[in-house]
Amino acid sequence: MKRQQTQKLAVVFITAVAAIVIIPIVLVIAFIVLQGLPTVTWEFITEPPQNGMTEGGIAPALLGTVYLTLGTAIAAMPLGIGAAIYLAEYARENWLTRIIRLAIVNLAGIPSIVFGLFGLGAFVLYLNYGTSILAGSLTLGLMTLPVVISTAEEAIAAVPREFRVVSLSLGATRWQTIRHQVLPHAVPGIITGVILGLSRAAGETAPILFTVAAFYLPELPKSIFDQAMALPYHLYVISTQVPGMPLSIQYGTALVLLLIVLSLTLVATIVRSSVRRRRQW
Amino acid sequence: MTTKEDQNTLLSQPSLVWGKIRRYVRQYSWQELIIENLIRLAGISAILIIALIFFFLLREGSAAFLDIPLRQLFSSRWYPIEDLYGLWPLIVGSFLVTVGAVVIAVPLGLLTAVYLGEIAPPWQREILKPLIEVLAGIPSIVLGFLGWVALAPLIQRLGAPTGLTAFTGSLILAYMALPTIISITEDALYAVPKEYRDGSLALGATQWQTVSRVVLPAARSGIVVAVMLGIGRAIGETMAVLMVTGNAANVPELGAGAFFQPVRTMTATIAAEMGEVASGSLHYSALFGIGIVLFVITFGINSLASRLIGGNGRRGRRGQL
Repeated sequence: MKRQQTQKLAVVFITAVAAIVIIPIVLVIAFIVLQGLPTVTWEFITEPPQNGMTEGGIAPALLGTVYLTLGTAIAAMPLGIGAAIYLAEYARENWLTRIIRLAIVNLAGIPSIVFGLFGLGAFVLYLNYGTSILAGSLTLGLMTLPVVISTAEEAIAAVPREFRVVSLSLGATRWQTIRHQVLPHAVPGIITGVILGLSRAAGETAPILFTVAAFYLPELPKSIFDQAMALPYHLYVISTQVPGMPLSIQYGTALVLLLIVLSLTLVATIVRSSVRRRRQW
Repeated sequence: MTTKEDQNTLLSQPSLVWGKIRRYVRQYSWQELIIENLIRLAGISAILIIALIFFFLLREGSAAFLDIPLRQLFSSRWYPIEDLYGLWPLIVGSFLVTVGAVVIAVPLGLLTAVYLGEIAPPWQREILKPLIEVLAGIPSIVLGFLGWVALAPLIQRLGAPTGLTAFTGSLILAYMALPTIISITEDALYAVPKEYRDGSLALGATQWQTVSRVVLPAARSGIVVAVMLGIGRAIGETMAVLMVTGNAANVPELGAGAFFQPVRTMTATIAAEMGEVASGSLHYSALFGIGIVLFVITFGINSLASRLIGGNGRRGRRGQL
């Protein structure tokens, strides 16, 4: 029968297409791991680059990325969680809420390089923070905001309505209800959102190009007003800007960056799924 | 019974009611007032931030549109050294790379979503979905690096004069846009009621007939959104494109060969040149001007997409009172 053959053919074709999508993902990761693994030693991640960056490790860039990630968390969390509480608990279905949601969708869609331009114009130049960890963290924080808001909102909205009803009926105020009956149950979901946002921020290059990243620094940053090296930018520099760079160091750097980002994603996924399993409502 | 009596006593003794209200007012302290207003402020912050981003782009970049003659802006020469700021080659570059990425990513993404949603057994789905999330998590600089050291030489070996072409960029961008396209398409497929499939199968249609003539058409608007957001993702991508497209600010000769020439996108131009310009110069404003163009394009795409989603995917109000 002809249509049965078409059916079989279609299934084979679709499976083949899925394989075309999936296999390169596995290959890319395996390739970077295999090429990078011999380079990534304890010395590689604890020592500074030497000899025009063609030898030595990546310690300052790694540290810079840690600083930036922490800074991003500090910048994005209060605003992101606050906005999520507003949307989940206070916002009515009206024009204002619709505009807020539209703004969040658009914030998520703005190209990262445009965030970089904004950071340069607003933080580096207008507020005069200079190219600094502060300017970079704020830029990355704003970029991370949509992810934090939408995941945290979902976590808060998922707390059952009954919790609020009971708390309010016992005489608690709205904020007491949110603070003691809603947020504690939403914390794991909020953490998931923050970590997911950070995993994106840690790997971004474009927003930090003009706001914080340094080509090479002989000393570690001392305050949040100092420039810093950062892993993604470092990878860009050593793979395109430094002639005669050994491939092994490039692959090693790529692997470390990949590991940081993927382990953050993994932690977020584990928190999320363990919460789903333990949930009792 | 008792409740009714309670109500009666409560109503017959107004002082009790007033006591309750007074207690409520006392509990509702100024601290709570501050907190609740801070939360409201955080709530509208997203609007403020978007407005501020646009404001600062205009502040730094409007000079480009005022000082550079319009005819020059649309000319085909971008030579900052000679103060020539024609955006055309950059727009064409972005367009080529994005179109290439969409042509590759949309069929792949659609069919992969169909595979995940309709064909794959549950155990495969459990493995494949996290794997696609992993792809979404790989930093663009890492994919750009791989494109630079591994993919470009491969493409050159296939016969192109250089491996750093629009096509190389499209290929990498396609994989970066895939997770977005797959996950939104999958949601759209999932939202198609099971009855549609049952009805089609009961009439004797095969699974493929059901998917291609019933499920996919029913999920049409979701798929359109997936494609749009994929385009938005591709057009704004910077680092990978900067590394693998060869950065030649020429208008390529049109035709199929255009994809195998080096190009330079809007995003890559900003990233490559902003480090070397004096702030306040015309070149500086021109780069911010490109930023304005990018902002407007992505704003349009995302507003339209969220409008399309708004029709059938409005989230229910679950917990809120």
